[in-house]
Amino acid sequence: MPKLVIASIGPASSVQDGGRPGSQRYGLVPSGAMDRHGLAAANALVGNAAFAAAIEIGPFSASFTARGGPVRVALAGAQRNADIAKRPVASDSSMTLADGETLTTGFARSGSFSYLAIEGGIPGEPMFGSLSVNARAGLGSPYPRPLQAGDELQVAAASGAPERRIELPAVSDAPIRVVFGPQDDEFSDEAKALFIGSDWKISATSDRMGYRLEGPVIKHLHGHNIVSDGTVNGSIQVPGNGAPIVLMPDRGTSGGYPKIATVISADFGRFAQISAGRSFRFKSVSMVEAQAEAKKFAELLRTLPDRLRADGTEFNIEALAGANVAGHAVSAVDAGTWHPFAHSESEQAP
Amino acid sequence: MAATTTLPRLLPSGDSAITVEYSRDIDDGANRSVLALDRSLTRAPIAGVTEAVPTYRSLLVHYDPVQIDFDTLSQRLLALATSPGETTASARRWRIPVAYGGEHGIDLEDVAKTLSTTPDEIVARHVAGSYRVAMIGFTPGWSYLSGLEKSLHMPRRQNPRLLTPAGTISIGGVQTGVQCLAGPSGWHLLGRTPVRTYQLHRDPTFLLEPGDDVTFSRIDAKTFAEQDRAAEAGEIVAELVA
Repeated sequence: MPKLVIASIGPASSVQDGGRPGSQRYGLVPSGAMDRHGLAAANALVGNAAFAAAIEIGPFSASFTARGGPVRVALAGAQRNADIAKRPVASDSSMTLADGETLTTGFARSGSFSYLAIEGGIPGEPMFGSLSVNARAGLGSPYPRPLQAGDELQVAAASGAPERRIELPAVSDAPIRVVFGPQDDEFSDEAKALFIGSDWKISATSDRMGYRLEGPVIKHLHGHNIVSDGTVNGSIQVPGNGAPIVLMPDRGTSGGYPKIATVISADFGRFAQISAGRSFRFKSVSMVEAQAEAKKFAELLRTLPDRLRADGTEFNIEALAGANVAGHAVSAVDAGTWHPFAHSESEQAP
Repeated sequence: MAATTTLPRLLPSGDSAITVEYSRDIDDGANRSVLALDRSLTRAPIAGVTEAVPTYRSLLVHYDPVQIDFDTLSQRLLALATSPGETTASARRWRIPVAYGGEHGIDLEDVAKTLSTTPDEIVARHVAGSYRVAMIGFTPGWSYLSGLEKSLHMPRRQNPRLLTPAGTISIGGVQTGVQCLAGPSGWHLLGRTPVRTYQLHRDPTFLLEPGDDVTFSRIDAKTFAEQDRAAEAGEIVAELVA
């Protein structure tokens, strides 16, 4: 049985899957992938179930080496430079590492989290039905903590299936949609208008528990202490200092600050991918619109396998366009010579 | 005591959860209503509801918007909230051993000073109480108990501690709590229990349920050490007294 060895990896990188809902009444948060669309796309590329466990790679670079046999993997989510033995490889595609070969992924160029899915999934001992790491609760398999250099995952040998790429809808940079509530009545109309009308940035001190927002101070009408109630992914709570925190998959299951609004589920992964320091806005939508978007998003995830394409053999318009802009002589039909990322890593380093 | 019959407010928590709010305050009647609705939902499940999370004052109902929409679920929850279900659960009663004061409860002396009495008197009052698990939240097994005697009500610390020990028994505001994992807390630390309210690979993994009754008994440091070893090995240590 081959192994995938974590040769190097940055912080905020861990094994994540669809999470472990069902025990929030005992204080156990579901955890799971920050961007379910990225996870499902990576898994589709290697024929795994949509929410099978994969490696969630944080914003920094990482490298993975196959040992004891070939290993087939796929990379999706945040866009970043990647290569196998200096041979550039594209995101949103599958690839096979020969025994001893190393896949190196650079800093996230746009977005924060990439997903490295492994054909056949990651063997482990599910806890409450999930391999997702929740370090505080001592949960996660094969390691109940973020990944470190030297960690080894026992994986299936590559099947030899042809490589695939996946044609995903363009990443939207439209405002992040929210539904007001559950405690929007703790805020004045002016405070709500300020929340919707302002530019926000995600603080560098954010993590898988919560994204801290930098922007104007959002004042409370009646003070910042409420009696704790339940939280969801995307709850936007406003603590005493008026700087909102958006709760992420490792959040506490309950919290005692008023929640002005909630990110809609269809936009949650897109929100999780906003990199620290980049400006964005919120937009308020109706419940009817939010739920219509949730249905569309569920349909998009369900039909991801329909978006798979044979890799490297078809005429690739996108690659041709990119090549023209870059001004390099490359073959549009050979994925091996097509480097989709024109920017240098150093420009993107935080 | 009967559950309050006040109609709850239905508040959107995004497109996949509804907060069914009975009160804005810590309110015993509201908590009973929350727990009653939670039991009703267990007895008569609604298709599309994925899980329910009771808190002091509200029930957070998670659901799949592909299967049921906000308006339909709101109607059904309101109908469930107003239907005369059983209002008292067949509550279990746990007796939880606690080593009070000293290294196990570093705030006991300060609490006694603040309340102008002795550490032993604080312990006597805490042990005399009969409590109910109003909610479990924040981190696995962190059980918030209602029923703290008025004379022990104290504001939380100005500056929360970033790390408090696993098994901490503490008081904060009008509540007392059983904390399972080490973690931050702004409450006053009275003691420690060897009981793990959450322990992986033990059956049951979670000891307490929202709605369970709880009393405390005082143990000495030696007993704590013995029971702590037994608990680490998977024994429950807490006594089920009813």
